[in-house]
Amino acid sequence: MSQSVSERTRIKSERYESGVIPYAKMGYWDASYAVKATDILALFRITPQPGVDPVEAAAAVAGESSTATWTVVWTDLLTACDVYRAKAYRVDPVPSAPDQFFAYVAYEGDLFEEGSLANMTASIIGNVFGFKAVKALRLEDMRIPHSYLKTFQGPATGVIVERERLDKFGRPVLGATVKPKLGLSGKNYGRVVFEGLKGGLDFLKDDENINSQPFMRWRERFLYCIEGINRAAAATGEVKGSYLNVTAATIEEMYERAEFAKELGSIIVMIDLVIGYTAIQTMAIWARKHDMILHLHRAGNSTYARQKNHGINFRVICKWMRMSGVDHIHAGTVVGKLEGDPLMIQGFYDTLLKTKLNIDLPKGIFFDMDWASLRKCLPVASGGIHCGQMHQLLNYLGDDVVLQFGGGTIGHPDGIQAGATANRVALEAIVLARNEGRDYVEEGPQILRDTAKMCGPLQTALDLWKDISFNYASTDTADFADTPTANV
Amino acid sequence: MRITQGAFSFLPDLTDEQIQKQIEFSISKGWAISIEWTDDPHPRNAYWDMWGLPLFDCKDAGAVMYELNECRKLNPEGYIKIQAFDASIGTESCVLAFMVSRPASEPGFYLARTEGPGRLQRYAISSYTVEAKPSGCRY
Repeated sequence: MSQSVSERTRIKSERYESGVIPYAKMGYWDASYAVKATDILALFRITPQPGVDPVEAAAAVAGESSTATWTVVWTDLLTACDVYRAKAYRVDPVPSAPDQFFAYVAYEGDLFEEGSLANMTASIIGNVFGFKAVKALRLEDMRIPHSYLKTFQGPATGVIVERERLDKFGRPVLGATVKPKLGLSGKNYGRVVFEGLKGGLDFLKDDENINSQPFMRWRERFLYCIEGINRAAAATGEVKGSYLNVTAATIEEMYERAEFAKELGSIIVMIDLVIGYTAIQTMAIWARKHDMILHLHRAGNSTYARQKNHGINFRVICKWMRMSGVDHIHAGTVVGKLEGDPLMIQGFYDTLLKTKLNIDLPKGIFFDMDWASLRKCLPVASGGIHCGQMHQLLNYLGDDVVLQFGGGTIGHPDGIQAGATANRVALEAIVLARNEGRDYVEEGPQILRDTAKMCGPLQTALDLWKDISFNYASTDTADFADTPTANV
Repeated sequence: MRITQGAFSFLPDLTDEQIQKQIEFSISKGWAISIEWTDDPHPRNAYWDMWGLPLFDCKDAGAVMYELNECRKLNPEGYIKIQAFDASIGTESCVLAFMVSRPASEPGFYLARTEGPGRLQRYAISSYTVEAKPSGCRY
């Protein structure tokens, strides 16, 4: 025995020789892998660097989002590493994008802490998104297994219970965002809430960036909003609400604001996506405990959701937010001012509302997935919509949606009540016509014009906004659409 | 004032022909129709009186209209609404509700305030009619 001890004990297996070997060879690629019902599945859109084999790129993504580091480590052998390694098991070319590939990756359930979105996302969208071997990377969809979903609370209230609490059935819920977003005093702000609710809206809403600024501190806003809500409820005999945004710098401060909203009798509070996944889950648990509806504004999402080749598809955010436990999430309008291809938006709505998802490639749904009885999350359509589009909105978005007309209510020449009434009357007329079996999409403009004959505010609104539309091509479009889709 | 609960309260009161079309739509969806009436239309009065059970087996909108008219005869002055229930998994709740009768005069609601500490106020909504008269002779 002339060798040194380190030479004698060196690992002989080729797989564990020190150095850099391809990820695929390290075990992160397994074309024959049989997906388990408990696996978490992810679909990535990969744009490999020139010269990088797509299978190796897929294996690298699987590796970097699970157990791998850039070089071989012997400590792997102290673990059941074959189990913990994520496996890329399928790579498909992306139709009409020759440099891009869809990579399917399976993750063992035990890789993730139960009920922790932060933990799951730290792997799936962690370091891997900066990995040099891929030029760009986008998380397109995920299959969250029944077993893992059951460790999440899901929406605090859910669509069904929300409707029962609101006593509103058989039509979309109507809302509006107070405008201007910034600068109003508490008393003036509450005026907008009162006028909108009395005019016929179900909800008014703080905007995402209304927190507690010098021009209006949060307690002032809450007190005046509650005054407006109660006055409007007494004036109409309906349950009314206004999303009080409790977003703040610390979770303690958010708790304080939410507790005050509860004490005042608010039925709903609001948070922004930018508070982070852990804070969102925390507030959802608080909301369930205190019978509060929880609205989420998706502020920030377009920084990573909009471009097709890199980031996170919004349908994944929809899945994560339904798991996290919010009751409302802004999910696009199709016809408004913000990004939204019709098929993509319908995919988001299905993701939020269905009890089971089936593969639907034109809508961008890549996996079958059972929602494990997590409640339904109500999509919110907000941004540049008006009552003249009511037939299109109902057609694209269905009944389970909050239609939010901010400018489309408050911008009405005859005042906020008139704007609210125009929206409510237009909505009820279109729903009535649809239920009567009329071709309400085709006849929509005529139905609205006829209805406007007995509703002056609707007539004024139709005259004012008749030519407003936002016709720009979407950036996030279907890869598998049978027919080209476009904004309308 | 006009109480605007229900899906179509911002439109002129529905005619019987319009009501029947909504019932036909609901039946075509497989929903069970229920007729409910009350003389206490507080927004949080969750339990109006039921006009019998929801019509689970009824596939005939005419039969629902018959029951509605019977309910109207007995409650000529109260509020009556039609509700449709969807028993399918994931819903199991009401999916359509709209007013089909309302009193000729609706006095509305009084908003009571109790001043609390700081600027806190406690609000209570109460119906003028319900406060003034016992059930059965309110409208």
